[in-house]
Amino acid sequence: MPSAQASVPVLPPLGSRAPDSTFKWAAFAAALVILALIALVGLELYYGARLAIAKYGIGFLVSSAWDPVSDQYGALPFIFGTLVSSLLALLIAVPLGVATALFLTELAPFRIRQPIIVIVEMLAAVPSVVFGLWGIFVLIPWLRDHLFVWLKHTLGFLPLFQGPIYGVSMLAGGIIVAIMILPIVTSISREILRSVPGLQREAAYALGATRWEVIRIAVLSYARRGLFGAAVLGLGRALGETMAVTMVIGNRPEISASLFAPGYTLASVIANEFTEATSDLYLNALFELGLVLFAVTILINVAAQLMLRSMGSGGVAKVH
Amino acid sequence: MPDAVALSSPFAPSPARERWRRAKSAGMTVVLCLCAVAVMAPLFLVVYFLVRQGASSLDWNFFTQLPKPAGESGGGMANAIVGTITLLAMAATVGVPIGVLGGIYLAEYGSEGANVWIRFAADVLNGVPSIIWGMVVYLLLVVPFKTFSAYAGGVALGLMMIPLVMRTTEEVLVLVPQSYREAALALGIARWKVIVIIVLRTALKGVVTGVLVALARVAGETAPLLFTALGNNFWNRSLSEPISALPLQIFAYAISPYDDWHRQAWAGALVLMAMILGLNILVRLLSNWRNNQ
Repeated sequence: MPSAQASVPVLPPLGSRAPDSTFKWAAFAAALVILALIALVGLELYYGARLAIAKYGIGFLVSSAWDPVSDQYGALPFIFGTLVSSLLALLIAVPLGVATALFLTELAPFRIRQPIIVIVEMLAAVPSVVFGLWGIFVLIPWLRDHLFVWLKHTLGFLPLFQGPIYGVSMLAGGIIVAIMILPIVTSISREILRSVPGLQREAAYALGATRWEVIRIAVLSYARRGLFGAAVLGLGRALGETMAVTMVIGNRPEISASLFAPGYTLASVIANEFTEATSDLYLNALFELGLVLFAVTILINVAAQLMLRSMGSGGVAKVH
Repeated sequence: MPDAVALSSPFAPSPARERWRRAKSAGMTVVLCLCAVAVMAPLFLVVYFLVRQGASSLDWNFFTQLPKPAGESGGGMANAIVGTITLLAMAATVGVPIGVLGGIYLAEYGSEGANVWIRFAADVLNGVPSIIWGMVVYLLLVVPFKTFSAYAGGVALGLMMIPLVMRTTEEVLVLVPQSYREAALALGIARWKVIVIIVLRTALKGVVTGVLVALARVAGETAPLLFTALGNNFWNRSLSEPISALPLQIFAYAISPYDDWHRQAWAGALVLMAMILGLNILVRLLSNWRNNQ
């Protein structure tokens, strides 16, 4: 049938493929920027810290000398302050966040769920510096005059709650960071709890479990690993929290057993002293603190993402 | 004798045990409710004090005047408000093209193997403390040009936007039905045109929503601006000079010893919060509109 072959239409010329491949490579390059940025941040921080790294080596991490006047630098008080304030924040935020997530997925009537979710999201939108302002003028006076006095009175036999009360303190820092990580802990816990199969709950109810027993046996034990991931992600945020902490923690590079004593964190010392660093070594030491902070948060975030992904809810951490 | 077996079992229901279990369940229900209230309380407390302390300090001068020197009362944050808007525009210029293009790669081109890594890196990058961006941009743009500048501040915020915009763009692009792409490709349209004209166009509202979310997130950032934009008590004549921003001004005033500056810090915080809430409300309206179509 030669006539049929002759009737095949001739396609118009497709034109050059160049724009197509240019666009594809541009998109690829943009996606690679993400990977490049991680490497760039690490390298730049290392470059910025090279003098301090050469001078102090690994001893920088365990030295507690921080004396810009005699050009002596050590990271220990800041590592201590960062860890203690973040752990305090986790102690407060994880139980509250998980409980709120449980309330939202297991108890709350459908009509009030969405409004509460929106309120928690709005809490996440409050800038750090606004929390700091509120911390200085509202939270600190209240803590100083009420909560801390009460804690000293009732738990004063513990070394944690001894010593003079200034208001600005490690505990105030922990409380403000707790408020700031509540939204992310709550919303990720909620995603995790939502992925618990309904059958799991129904089976427990069928065995005659009460509502709390269902939550404990069927929901919490099933979601344990994911909730741990949410807590680790919250820790990652807590470690890097800067402005609000700087404004309430007292900024004194000391290691004290008392939670009423002022502290200092890695992020706050960088925020406070970076533009005032008078010597090269001083600036390099601050960059090394930044490098430590970056390395720790990268590790924590990688761990958290791996945990959350292994829960099979890959995208839960996306918007945060 | 099944009854006897049941009665001798340690799991046998006894009225006292039943009552205890029910009481415990009711008690825990109350505890969970209280926790939910405790989580919401800080937002109300913050907003309450912002409005109470901030509203009384807001006046026309606040929006039109420059900051006054320490000790003099009055003055405003006009330069900081303009500065924040300028910095956000610059951040969007850096963050949006790279973020959207990267999102396009993830949704349209990337193999699953490569995408997993890029997504993972984006989520990890999202967790990098914001002050780190300030330090890195200080080395990249402040040291070589020997001056703090609006450019440096804008780039620092822009870099922070990239992973956020990339992830949200990818998410909305994959929602565009595959048949749209196939129909366009079958007409002989080049792939890049299909992506830009059909796919991106269809998902535009979602992409815009993602950009606004990212802008709202960086609008309140102070830490990345401390050693890049630095702050400025005057109008800046060019973008290569230090620039003021609301968060910087709030921080400087909050830790100052002057009552009048504290008052202005509250007013600034109220304005900043209103801007951010405004962006968030816009996002909600846009996404409702998108869902209703």
